[in-house]
Amino acid sequence: MKNLLTRDLTLAIRAGGGFGLGLAFFLIVTVLMPFGIGPETGTLTIVAPGILWIGALLACLLSLDRVFALDWEDGTLDLLATSPLPLEAVAGIKAFAHWITTGLPLVAISPLLAVLLNLPPDGFFWLIASLFVGTPALSAIGTFGAALTVGLKRGGLLLSLIVLPLYVPTLLFGAEATRRGIEGADGMTPLVLLAGLSLACLATMPFAAAAALRVNLR
Amino acid sequence: MPDLGRYAVEVLSAYGATILLLILLVLGSIWRARRVLRDLREAEARKEARS
Amino acid sequence: MSIWEYANPRKFMSLSGAVLPWLSAAAAICVVVGLIWGFFFTPDDYRQGSTVKIIYIHVPAAILGTGTWFMMVIASLVWLIRRHHVSALAAKAAAPIGLVFTLIGLITGAIWGQPMWGSWWEWDPRLTSFLILFLFYLAYIGLWEAVENPDAAADLTSVLCLVGGVFAVISRYAILFWNQGLHQGASLSLDAEENVADVFAYPLWTCIIGFCLVFAALLLFRTRTEIRARRLKALIQRERMA
Repeated sequence: MKNLLTRDLTLAIRAGGGFGLGLAFFLIVTVLMPFGIGPETGTLTIVAPGILWIGALLACLLSLDRVFALDWEDGTLDLLATSPLPLEAVAGIKAFAHWITTGLPLVAISPLLAVLLNLPPDGFFWLIASLFVGTPALSAIGTFGAALTVGLKRGGLLLSLIVLPLYVPTLLFGAEATRRGIEGADGMTPLVLLAGLSLACLATMPFAAAAALRVNLR
Repeated sequence: MPDLGRYAVEVLSAYGATILLLILLVLGSIWRARRVLRDLREAEARKEARS
Repeated sequence: MSIWEYANPRKFMSLSGAVLPWLSAAAAICVVVGLIWGFFFTPDDYRQGSTVKIIYIHVPAAILGTGTWFMMVIASLVWLIRRHHVSALAAKAAAPIGLVFTLIGLITGAIWGQPMWGSWWEWDPRLTSFLILFLFYLAYIGLWEAVENPDAAADLTSVLCLVGGVFAVISRYAILFWNQGLHQGASLSLDAEENVADVFAYPLWTCIIGFCLVFAALLLFRTRTEIRARRLKALIQRERMA
């Protein structure tokens, strides 16, 4: 298991593309937003949590089709399926690797981008906490979507159509936690709900993803 | 025709949209059913002809 | 003799062929009676004016929009557990019907909301949940279209249907948390204090039953088509092999 994880991580970092791309996308989305909305800092403060969350979500989505696609093309996935490692564990590790290469860097640079959007200092803790707690759910759900569409030729667009509606609760709780944190209200309730959602996704999604993978490998 | 008062446009457009969508759904189903049935008959006929 | 006998496509075809004309007729009569009753022979509400007449399409469409997904979940489970092809095809046939009913619910809701709440669209929990359900239907249909192998498509869409069902429920309550809405609560529950008056309720029930019958008739009809399409595909494949 550990080998698979390190292999995935080194591949993601070495192959270029995947690793930096999500981050750069996140940066660009956040930078473009003020051009669309206007530079008034007051307005930006209000929309900042939503923009940062949606940016993170889209950046996550961007790298999803790489979760299984490369392994599918060169046959590694078939080998993994016949290895003693259960496919559920493979799916779980893939989700974890995706989170480390996409989710964690997003969490790390989010304060920087929050400054650009004039997020008040009180909100920083809530933004980082909600992203840290919420992005694992994004990776877990996304892995399921990637497993569903892995064999398809033009899976990318369908993947986003399938995954984005599934992201609704995560986005909602995450942005709500940040928003309430900024307003000084109780952000703990949505944060705890978000954590519960994340854990539930981590616990169940690998099974769904493995079921989809088995069908696709048949 | 009942007197719909000042909301006539809303009520009528709601009913109109619903009926239109339902008819489209039914027609779409029938159209596809006809096409599939025709193709199936042709395929069956080809199969008969061969054997 | 058990219900599983009708999982045999041939049995299903003969039975559904016999039932379908009666079912369609009943559905048509019931819907026409319910809508005419509701449209022509009910009084206006003293607060909502004549817009109350929209209830006769909005509520049944909303019930069926969610109910169809529920039916698809059950059909998917039957397919995943017992591998009956008719079940998978029924789920496939149901999705566009659910899509259309959800769309009707959304459109009539928007038209109703305009005079009542003052805007076409409110990010109200019920409307928003329905919009998400609509997206789920689109994703489900898209996946069916995209996968070539019919059995793999049935398996994948079944898994998506189950996961989507769970997430639709989660979204429903997440949205409730996010925004308390303007939408009124249940208007037909048996134990509620505040139900709609009988004069509205009887035609409404007629419409609900009528829409359910329409759903059943369309479902049978479309499932028959899907079974034929599957057979056609198999025949063409055999021709190519020969």
